[in-house]
Amino acid sequence: MYDRVLIANRGEIAVRVARTCERLGIETVAVYSDADEGAPHTKVADEAYRIGPAPVVESYLDIPSILDVAEEADVQAIHPGYGLLSENAEFVDEVEQAGFDFVGPRPEVMTLMSDKSDARAFARDAGVPVVPGTDGPVEDIEAAIEFAEEVEYPVLVKAAAGGGGIGMRKATDEESLRKAYKACRRRGESAFGDSTVYMEKYIESPRHIEVQILADHHGSVLHIFERECSVQRRHQKVIEETPSPMMQQIGGLRNEMTDAAVALAEAANYSNAGTVEFVVDEEGNFYFIEMNTRLQVEHTVTEMITGLDIVEQQLRVAHGEPFDFRQEDIKMRGHSIQCRVYAENPQKRFMPAPGNIEGYEEPTGEGIRVDSGAEAGYEVTRYYDPLVAKVISHADHRPEAIDRMVDALENYTIEGLTTNIDMHLEVLASDAFQSGAVHTSWLEEQY
Amino acid sequence: MATDVKSEMTGTVWQIEVAEGDEVAAGDELIILESMKMEIPIEAPVSGTLIEFLVEEEDPVDEDQIVARIEE
Repeated sequence: MYDRVLIANRGEIAVRVARTCERLGIETVAVYSDADEGAPHTKVADEAYRIGPAPVVESYLDIPSILDVAEEADVQAIHPGYGLLSENAEFVDEVEQAGFDFVGPRPEVMTLMSDKSDARAFARDAGVPVVPGTDGPVEDIEAAIEFAEEVEYPVLVKAAAGGGGIGMRKATDEESLRKAYKACRRRGESAFGDSTVYMEKYIESPRHIEVQILADHHGSVLHIFERECSVQRRHQKVIEETPSPMMQQIGGLRNEMTDAAVALAEAANYSNAGTVEFVVDEEGNFYFIEMNTRLQVEHTVTEMITGLDIVEQQLRVAHGEPFDFRQEDIKMRGHSIQCRVYAENPQKRFMPAPGNIEGYEEPTGEGIRVDSGAEAGYEVTRYYDPLVAKVISHADHRPEAIDRMVDALENYTIEGLTTNIDMHLEVLASDAFQSGAVHTSWLEEQY
Repeated sequence: MATDVKSEMTGTVWQIEVAEGDEVAAGDELIILESMKMEIPIEAPVSGTLIEFLVEEEDPVDEDQIVARIEE
């Protein structure tokens, strides 16, 4: 195993990676920007180095600065955490050229999965279901109608050059399709100078369910079950859990989805930890959306129900070790839920609410884990993601895991900061969440 | 008599497509909302004169919020 690892990240995930390193006897090197001087992630590490001013492009995304620290601190490997440089293939190349191991997958698979249409084509060729789509320009309105009738309404019409919702319209019948087709062509032309439109089937009230993959460099590709992340706002996950409540509702779904995820990872020659994300409709039809080639924010719930430490496995894989367990050795025990505590205001359309934490006390208790990078006196700045902490509960059954989460959140003291804790409590108390019937638009419909 | 135009969805006003005082026909698009990464048009429920908009571009709107009035 490594003796010294640099953690190229900040906040809770940098703290979390350092904890595993400490347990494995690996020394850690932290990096920080001016805004993070003295932050918890710098204190849990054995050494900490300043890499630049607060803006991420001048610090946490500044590859030369990070590599200089790696050189100076004489580390063997770099763990990227999630976000920031974690899915940047160029970073991986530079890390390896500088003589360090990168704790993550190969850069080629990152490049493949980072291009949505390449990833979609690759998944389809690997036999993994993708949302039915035209995969090319729709020639005219007759072709649009033909496609819609083939895959059945509703459908989504998208301006090829569009983005962020602009030039995208849903059509529920031929009349609305005629309008949507015209509007998207017009929007594409006026906003982007390109009237090309694509179409795909619109999945109503989809659930977000993903499969955790672990693969070593010795041909072993394993899955660690699924996570459901349907409680979302602005396409960002807020509550995650495993097992997915949907698995009890639809027999055989877990096997189909984990088989598909493993098939994709095998076809891509994947290594290290990764996550295959799917949308699932009400009947249990699932469709590949993307593969995240890194550790996920919500990897924690998977750890809680299996006892595996995913960061440890990432380090072992990067170091070239084969897994010392097989698929059938991975057992699921109980139910785990994670609530992401953000400094944000649910009443103001979930706008980030930076501020200074005056009083701070984390909850403790049976089956409760808190991953955080905060403490009293810590400032949540506008420079970074407003995630303060992740509260994770574990119990034998889902209702108990919910109860434990409620207790923990009620006993979480964060003074001086507006957070979404009350929103979590409302969600946890809702019939929709308790019955496991939440889809990805549900939360935004409530607020 | 004035008819209220309501938003069926929560979203953000992305673009206003007609001007106050314009004659509109039932089914015409008055406002384009951005919601759930899609454009959601708000159409005129009746034909008439658009007498006022109650929202501006970039305003957040709630489900059932009145966004405009049409004089039939």
